[in-house]
Amino acid sequence: MSDVRSTASQEDLEEVPQGPSEGKGKDATRGLWGDAWYELRRSPTFWSASVLVAIVTSMAVFPFLWTSVEPDACFLAEHGREAPSLDGRWFGYTFQGCDMWAQVVYGSSKSLAVAVLSAIGVSVIGVALGTAAGYYGGFVDSVIGRFTDVFFGLPFLLGALVFLAIVPVRNVWSISGVLIVLGWTSLTRIMRGSVLSTKNKDFVDASRALGASNRHIIFKHVLPNSIAPLFVLSTIYLGAFVSAEATLTYLGVGFQQPDATWGLLIQEGQPYALQGSPHLLIIPCAFVVVTVLAFILLGDVLRDALDPRNR
Amino acid sequence: MGRYLARRLLQFIPVVLGTLFLLHYLSVLSIQFNGDPIRALFGDRPPPDAVLQAMRARFGLDDPCLDTRGNPCLGMFLDRVGDYARLDFGIDFRGREITDIVVQRFPITLRLTAIALIFEAIVGIFLGVLAGLRKDKGMDNAVRVSTTLLIAFPTFVFGVIVQVFFALQIGNWLDTQPWSPLWLRNMFTPVYLSDYPWLSLVIPGLVLGSYSLASIARLTRTSLIENLRADYVRTARAKGMAQRRVVGIHTLRNSLIPVVTYLGIDIGNLMGGALVTEGIFNIPGVGGLIFQSVRLNDSTVIIAVVAILAVVFLTANLLVDIFYAVLDPRIRYE
Amino acid sequence: MTDTTVGSKRGSDPAALADLPWDPNAPLLEVTDLQVEFHTRDGVAQAVNGVSFDLKSGETLGILGESGCGKSVTAQAIMGILDIPPARVAAGSIKLRGVDLLQLDEKTRRHVRANKIAIIFQDALSALNPVFTVGWQLGELYRKHSGASRAQAKEKAIELLELVQVPAARERVNSFPHQFSGGMRQRVMIAMALALEPDIIIADEPTTALDVTVQAQVMKLLADLQQQQDMGLILITHDMSVVAEVVDKITVMYAGAAVERADVHQIYERPAHPYTKGLLESIPRVDMKGHELAAIKGIPPALTNLPEGCSFAPRCGFVRDRCKTDDPPLYDVPGNRQSACHYWEEVFNS
Repeated sequence: MSDVRSTASQEDLEEVPQGPSEGKGKDATRGLWGDAWYELRRSPTFWSASVLVAIVTSMAVFPFLWTSVEPDACFLAEHGREAPSLDGRWFGYTFQGCDMWAQVVYGSSKSLAVAVLSAIGVSVIGVALGTAAGYYGGFVDSVIGRFTDVFFGLPFLLGALVFLAIVPVRNVWSISGVLIVLGWTSLTRIMRGSVLSTKNKDFVDASRALGASNRHIIFKHVLPNSIAPLFVLSTIYLGAFVSAEATLTYLGVGFQQPDATWGLLIQEGQPYALQGSPHLLIIPCAFVVVTVLAFILLGDVLRDALDPRNR
Repeated sequence: MGRYLARRLLQFIPVVLGTLFLLHYLSVLSIQFNGDPIRALFGDRPPPDAVLQAMRARFGLDDPCLDTRGNPCLGMFLDRVGDYARLDFGIDFRGREITDIVVQRFPITLRLTAIALIFEAIVGIFLGVLAGLRKDKGMDNAVRVSTTLLIAFPTFVFGVIVQVFFALQIGNWLDTQPWSPLWLRNMFTPVYLSDYPWLSLVIPGLVLGSYSLASIARLTRTSLIENLRADYVRTARAKGMAQRRVVGIHTLRNSLIPVVTYLGIDIGNLMGGALVTEGIFNIPGVGGLIFQSVRLNDSTVIIAVVAILAVVFLTANLLVDIFYAVLDPRIRYE
Repeated sequence: MTDTTVGSKRGSDPAALADLPWDPNAPLLEVTDLQVEFHTRDGVAQAVNGVSFDLKSGETLGILGESGCGKSVTAQAIMGILDIPPARVAAGSIKLRGVDLLQLDEKTRRHVRANKIAIIFQDALSALNPVFTVGWQLGELYRKHSGASRAQAKEKAIELLELVQVPAARERVNSFPHQFSGGMRQRVMIAMALALEPDIIIADEPTTALDVTVQAQVMKLLADLQQQQDMGLILITHDMSVVAEVVDKITVMYAGAAVERADVHQIYERPAHPYTKGLLESIPRVDMKGHELAAIKGIPPALTNLPEGCSFAPRCGFVRDRCKTDDPPLYDVPGNRQSACHYWEEVFNS
């Protein structure tokens, strides 16, 4: 998942719901969301994915609930690369002798922070620009469209490398910033499409005929009815951004030592995996994969629930 | 169709220039904010200013606009574009022509990407069609589960795991088996072998294509299911057409339209993935070049290579758009 | 091309059809007690609940009813293009010249489609494949059913387009569906139905998506072609004005059942069922200016939850206690007509 943009592609454009086909703002959407909730409640995938997400989130926000060991309590000489054992630490020790479980738990916070910040940033930009382009059309649409094309022309990972080359500081804000700057294009396009099809619905014309201002139409009618794709996509994006951050960190341009994130653990563990310490690699990899999987499953299940055609 | 083509071409050129300018501006900002990379090469013992100046001139970094923060350096940009148009991409910090380096490495990356593309397209579409036709049955569930799992793996995780636990192990095991043919052993080699330019790239190619394969399978599946529900399918059946024809001829072409669009976007994904894969499997391609340059902080190379790749990406998208119009006649007359 | 068998009047029959036990004395189409149900998440919906009608050659039958009454499902059941599951033909027979189509295997049934019975759908834009030319889609019928070559098929396609009065047929044959106007597209659909000279054409709301003037043109075309080719035509619609001009007899459907069957004049002059009466009265007339519109109060029942007794009882102006418990059968009404109402005499005489 190194390219965020391809996760939200035509697939979502085709399937993602455009909201109810008639009715006014809130009343009609309650139908869509109410139905969706009914379906979600009964889906085992939804609950398992949600539980996983909740676990990872709580690890990120309340790491002390999950481990009493400090992540930087490292004893190279005593426990360096120690394998997992049932009477020692279940997840073993890292290359530098730190408790693997503690490192992984504490490592989740930075990764999730980046993912959440990036998802929020991309969503805000996507909704703002996408709505403007879709609703106002014409010149505004052209300008935003060309702007989107230009940024889109930079392949995601390559662009990230170049951006991170400018910004020497590597913290949650800078990394999120880079992901946002490179990832906003996809969501913008999709929102534009969603708004465009909502704009053409009759109830928007009706509202305009009653003399509603553009602002009113956008916020009370267009947005509530075209916002469904945003929920699906931002959930999937959370997973994509976790993956992207891990990739960048692994490549050496993301978080640096001594920030403990999963990407760094993988980078560290790779050379020693075959030298008798596979756990150095497998455990952080597993955490990344499971976290990304949880978000994707959640997004999938949300998409199916919100799909008006499944009614 | 002609009008559509003309419009796309007219859109293409400003976008290419725009992306190149974006790259240029980023590199300029980097120098303006982080300081002179030439100077940084020498650490604590810089040579006299005259020498530095001369070096800067050689690398095209002597424009005074680089002293003011935020200056877009348009003159420099135009010079650069002019150079690029003449296929002059400058020199790296060791004085080698970047054009030469790229030309040498490009075929390798091309091979890697080709393997990935063919693999992901053929297997992806095949699995997607199978799953779509047998919706909610065993095959469909198997495909859905496996593709979801595959997507959850970041390419680098997949690559590392495959290399460490799969390729190396099998490769070593094969070496001890007297019956194993040479070509098989060379497929599972941990490094790139220039004597076997295709075989030794098979495993990395499969890794590179896996994520996209999963996406393509899902996309094909969704698209096929949707098209099977379409009204025109009902009409085809009402015309007495056999189910096989209805699926194979009527729905397939419609179903592949979004897949083709996706392949265009995917090229960008593959470029990033190639970067990662070449890094992991130590392949001396263009991705590996960027990998190295990032380590060495050789900005000229990074900018030049990313510029080339961006143009390749945009061109590929243009070609895909044209092919899309061939597939979907509704687009031709927009 | 083999000569005609008893089953059809013109054109050729694929060998498979020639062996069937056609009965030249049987009515062209005879639907008896058709029952179709849909298995949905919310229960089993009785989409078609014991519908019977028949059709003779050259005759036009109108099936009239509001959305959801089961008319399209009936048409698709006759064609055999229902999605099974979730649909299921629970009971009944559909006899084409005495041969029960429901008993045929799918392969044979496939030959019946387009050759013997063809259908025209409502929305031509979605009913036509967007990526193939109109000529290709028309020609497909000849290529697949008659074994024609591409060139032959194309020529026939052009002939067809001329038959349905599409101007510049030779050029338009290479156009795509989205390049036609709504009325022209519908003509293409009609051409597609006519291609193999079927005995019966079912037109499912053929003009609903069109402008009024275009509607008139398309209906006239359909009527003319039917006369020329001496086909049976089943016209499905909710629009009473369209029905009046073209059909010979009408079956009115409500909540999946036939509630009245009569000749067209009989229905308009003297309806024998409260629903039909309500429909007629709800047509706005010039001399009603100043009065309230007479709509039928209430809404049709959910097909998953049909009421005991008469389905129309909750909305009926003539309702009595008996209606709520006894589901009325089709009573015979003088003049060779039927009505599914216990109190049809009252309705008749009111």
